[in-house]
Amino acid sequence: MIEVKNLKKSFGTNEVLKDINVTVKSQEVVVVIGPSGSGKSTFLRCINLLESITDGHVYIEGIDITDKKTDINKVRTEVGMVFQQFNLFPHKKVIENIMLAPMQVRNTSAEEARKKALELLRKVGLEDKAEAFPDSLSGGQKQRVAIARALAMEPKIMLFDEPTSALDPEMVGEVLEVMKQLAKEGMTMVVVTHEMGFAKEVGDRVIFMDGGLIVEENTPIELFDHPKEDRTKAFLSKVL
Amino acid sequence: MDIQWDILAEYAPFFLKGTLLTIGLSLAGILIGTVLGLFIGLGKMMKNKFLSLPFGIYITFFRGTPMLVQIMLIHFAVVPLFTGGTNAIAAAILTLSLNSAAYIAEIFRAGIQSIDKGQMEAARSLGMTHVQAMRHVILPQAFKRMIPPLGNEFIVLIKESSLASLVAAPELMYWGRAMQGQYFRVWEPYITAALIYLVLTLSLSFILSRLERRLATE
Ligand SMILES: Nc1ncnc2c1ncn2[C@@H]1O[C@H](COP(=O)(O)OP(=O)(O)OP(=O)(O)O)[C@@H](O)[C@H]1O
Ligand SMILES: [Mg+2]
Repeated sequence: MIEVKNLKKSFGTNEVLKDINVTVKSQEVVVVIGPSGSGKSTFLRCINLLESITDGHVYIEGIDITDKKTDINKVRTEVGMVFQQFNLFPHKKVIENIMLAPMQVRNTSAEEARKKALELLRKVGLEDKAEAFPDSLSGGQKQRVAIARALAMEPKIMLFDEPTSALDPEMVGEVLEVMKQLAKEGMTMVVVTHEMGFAKEVGDRVIFMDGGLIVEENTPIELFDHPKEDRTKAFLSKVL
Repeated sequence: MDIQWDILAEYAPFFLKGTLLTIGLSLAGILIGTVLGLFIGLGKMMKNKFLSLPFGIYITFFRGTPMLVQIMLIHFAVVPLFTGGTNAIAAAILTLSLNSAAYIAEIFRAGIQSIDKGQMEAARSLGMTHVQAMRHVILPQAFKRMIPPLGNEFIVLIKESSLASLVAAPELMYWGRAMQGQYFRVWEPYITAALIYLVLTLSLSFILSRLERRLATE
């Protein structure tokens, strides 16, 4: 589904990703952990080309997105992304946030888009907020709308970059609940998070990154309970 | 200082005509300047340094030289070059438009760049093109933030349009000067002109603050 080969990324002379190789299978949930500045966000953003790739290849369902001939907008419709800061469109109502991309990109009729948006809002438990503006929502509600917005394009893959890090602790649960539901439905997911409970419960695999490299990669149980590398041990002792 | 009301009465129709032209010049200047300014602002934001350079030079020139110099150049040199003759009103509109375009370009650029880059990223991550994201996500938010500085620019333009009197465009200040020339009086014409400018700028800022408040609560 996702194949990352020898991915390198530099900002100027700062090499942030140094030879990353990852394969994510269909319906797999991969959790990425690692210290601040290790390149987790950059890695995720390379998968939908929000960052240009310095070297290497990323294949999404066999399509090389680093190939100049690839229509990146088309690929992005297959890869949803959820951001730490939500990035909802503040000038649009909740329902309009969700309807915008299907109508613009897929030429879906307003009627059809609205129907679909309401369905998604029901799924994330926010049907009653359809006509509200994002500013009136709590952080947890905003993030659930952001997930619904990404799902409106019916992506095959969902990327999450610390979706609960900007939330008050009491709101983390409601967002994780939606993500767990998605995982259960068989969505392919790559999740950067510090929520180890979530990683253990729904993660098929955990990747530990440090200094732009994948240091260790294993099932959650193996990686959390029997880390092999010293750097992994040191990191886990701090966060667990 | 005894005010001669009779000459004021005699000039009232001229002041009225002049005021209308002042409003017309300012409106034309802001409208043409806004359209031009949008293009120049977008031009300056282009990533390619070579392509954005001319737009940068344009902005630097019009913001870095006095409007009086600009209107003289345009009236006596530029317009005759293209039409073979002079035309005060055309020169005034052209100068006000080109000058305000430079300021408005910077207002546009600042407005667009003030929008959090997460907005563009969210739109693009949904598969929208750069143009779609600009049109539906970035510009609507940027426009709202641009209204106060745009209003400011409009007020500046009303005042600066008085320079058109120096190339004999018959706007408000032109008739003030004409009145001084005819009757050798200074208080009557210039206090009158000042009061009319004040009414124009105060009404405009009143309208703008109403508009801002309405947009803020939306
Ligand atoms: N746009 C950018 N320009 C320059 N340097 C950048 C840019 N984005 C990220 N970096 C640098 O790349 C490195 C990795 O950043 P990244 O955001 O991927 O880390 P992260 O693992 O997501 O960290 P965090 O846990 O704090 O989110 C950091 O040193 C950061 O300073
Ligand atoms: Mg990050």
